[in-house]
Amino acid sequence: MAVGVRTQDLRKIYNSAPPAGATGGFIARADAKGSKAPKTEIAALNGLSLEVLPGEIFGLLGPNGAGKSTTVGVLTTRVRPTTGQAWVGDHHVWQEQAAVKHLIGVVPQRPNLDFSLTAREILTFHAAYFGIPAKQRDERANGLLEKFKLTDRANQMVRGFSGGMMQRLSIARSMMHDPEVLFLDEPSAGLDPQTRILLWEIIREYNQAGKTILLTTHYMEEADALCNRLAIIDHGKMIALDTPQNLKASIPGGYLLRLHFGSQPPGLMDALQALAGVREVRANDGTGADVYADRGGSLIPEIASLAATTGADLRDVHISEPSLENLFLHHTGRSLRD
Amino acid sequence: MNWKTFLAMLARDAHVARRNAFQLVFQTFLQPLLFVFVFGRVMVGSGYMPNSYKSLLLPGIIAITMVFTGIWAVAMPLIAEFQWTREIEDRLLAPIDISWIAIEKVIAGTIQAVVAGLVVIPMAWIVLHPGVDISIHAPLSFVAIILLVAIFSACGGLALGCSINQQHIGLMFGMVITPMIFFGCAYYPWSALDNFPVLQKIVLINPLVYASEGLRATLVPQFPHLSGIAVFVMLLFFDVLLLVLGLRQFGKKAIS
Ligand SMILES: Nc1ncnc2c1ncn2[C@@H]1O[C@H](COP(=O)(O)OP(=O)(O)OP(=O)(O)O)[C@@H](O)[C@H]1O
Ligand SMILES: [Mg+2]
Repeated sequence: MAVGVRTQDLRKIYNSAPPAGATGGFIARADAKGSKAPKTEIAALNGLSLEVLPGEIFGLLGPNGAGKSTTVGVLTTRVRPTTGQAWVGDHHVWQEQAAVKHLIGVVPQRPNLDFSLTAREILTFHAAYFGIPAKQRDERANGLLEKFKLTDRANQMVRGFSGGMMQRLSIARSMMHDPEVLFLDEPSAGLDPQTRILLWEIIREYNQAGKTILLTTHYMEEADALCNRLAIIDHGKMIALDTPQNLKASIPGGYLLRLHFGSQPPGLMDALQALAGVREVRANDGTGADVYADRGGSLIPEIASLAATTGADLRDVHISEPSLENLFLHHTGRSLRD
Repeated sequence: MNWKTFLAMLARDAHVARRNAFQLVFQTFLQPLLFVFVFGRVMVGSGYMPNSYKSLLLPGIIAITMVFTGIWAVAMPLIAEFQWTREIEDRLLAPIDISWIAIEKVIAGTIQAVVAGLVVIPMAWIVLHPGVDISIHAPLSFVAIILLVAIFSACGGLALGCSINQQHIGLMFGMVITPMIFFGCAYYPWSALDNFPVLQKIVLINPLVYASEGLRATLVPQFPHLSGIAVFVMLLFFDVLLLVLGLRQFGKKAIS
C-alpha cells in the first residue's frame, strides 16, 4: 500500500544564521554573547501546507532559499518545525520518529556518505541499520551498485569518489531498505546529462513499484519530465500547485518576451499592451518590460517599430517559450536562477 | 528501542576501529609509555626519583590513558561527522530514537577506554619492571572503578564533541584536556597538594582526580589516597552529569 505525505501550516523560524558554529555549544555561545551580534531571524517556512498523494511523484520547485530543503528536513525528522504538523502515512513525523524513519529514504542535498567505509559497506551497513538480514543486504547492494554503474568502484573508499559518483551512491543508499516514500533533494545536481536520464528512468521505475516520491529541483526539464504534480514555493510559501501541463497553461499567453530599453518614454507600456496578442505587460524597474503574449517571434518587428516611433532605445530582446521558468517569473517577478 | 539497529551501529564502529587499528594503538599507547619510560625508568634509574615512584605513577598512567582514550574516541569522530562530512546523518535517519545513537557512541567509547586501561597495565609493568609493587586487592572495586572511569570519559567525549566546533579543537586541548591532565593527580597523589590548599580544593572539580585516586586506592593502597566511598560517589556523579549534558548537546546538534 502506497504511503502519502502531508504537512499542515508548517512554519520554521531559524534564530541564527547558518554559518558553522551558530548551533549550540558552550564555547560558541560564549563567543556569541561577547560579540553581542544582533539576532537574526529567518523564516524558512511560512505556513506551508501540502499533500503528496500515495504513489505520486511530487516536485518542489523554487529558487535558492525558498525552503525546499527545510521542508524535506521537517518531513524526514531532521528539522524541528517551529509550529505546524507533518505526517508520513498515518505517522506524525515529530512524535513517531522511528516509525517514520522506517518508511522513508532520503537523499540529502549535501552528500553525507560515511567516509570511513567503502561504497559497498555504505550500502550494507545502511541496510543493517534497517534490520535487513545479511544475505539480502549483499544481494541488494550488488543490484544497486550495478544499476548505478558503481560495481567497479564498489570496494574503494568513497573519499576518492567524484561528486557525481557520490551522488549516485547516495541515491542507491536511499533505496537499500526499499522505503515507501523517497525524498530526493536535488537528486540530479552534479550529474552529467546521460546519468541524469538514467536517474530519471530509475526514479520512474521505483515509482511504478508503488512508491511515493518527493523531489526538489531547479531543472524545469526534470520537473516537467518526472512529476505528476508540482508545487512552486518561494519564501516558505506555496505559490502554485498543479500538474506541470496545467501550470504551463496558466501562464498568460504562454510566451514571454523580456525587453530591455535604453530609455523608456511615457506611454510605451500602454502601446505594448495594445499590440495584437499581448496579454500582459509588466514594467521592470525602469529599464525594461516583461511581455506575456500568445505569439513570440512574430511580435518582434512590431515591437521594434513601436520602439523606433516612440524613441525608446531597444537594447535586448529575449523570447522564451511556455515553460515553468516563465510560470515562476510570472508568479514571483523573479527568475528561478536569480 | 530497536536492537538490530543499535547493534548494527556498534558493528559499524567496530569495523572502522579494526580498519584503523594500527593508528589507534599508536595514538593510545605511545604517549603513556613514553611517560612511563622517562619518569619511571630514566628519572628513577638515575636516582632523581625514589623507587617507590614507579608504583605511585602506574595507577595515574592507567587513569590518563583511559580518560584520554574515551574522550578522544567519542569526541573526535563526532566533531568531524557532525560538521565536516555530516556522515552521522545516515545513522540519524536509521529507525531508532536518536538518543540511542549517542548512547551507542558512549558504549563504543567505554569499550575502547576499558581495553586501553587493561592493556596499558601489563605494557607499563614491563617498561617499569622490576620494582613495581602493585596488586589488585579488591577486584570488585577495581572493576567498578575501571567501568565508572571509562563511562565518564566516553560521556565527557560526547559532551565535548557535541559542544565544540572543528575550529575549536585546539582550544579544547589547551583549555580543557591539558589542565585536566596536569591537575588530575595522575603524576602525584592528591595529598601532595597539601601545601597548596586552595588548588587542592579546586582540583576536586576534575573527574580525573577521582579516577587516579580510585585506581591508587585499589592498586597501591600503601600510598595516601582519597576515600573509596568519596571516589565512587563522585565518579557516579560525573557519569550521570556528563551523560545528561552530552545527550542534551547531542540532541541540539542533531536537530536544527
Ligand atoms: N540550519 C540553518 N540555520 C539557519 N538558517 C537556515 C538553516 N538552514 C536553512 N536556513 C535558512 O532557511 C532558508 C531556507 O533554506 P532552504 O535550505 O530550505 O532553501 P532551499 O529552498 O533548499 O534552497 P536551495 O535551492 O539553495 O537548496 C534560507 O534562508 C536559509 O538561509
Ligand atoms: Mg535546498
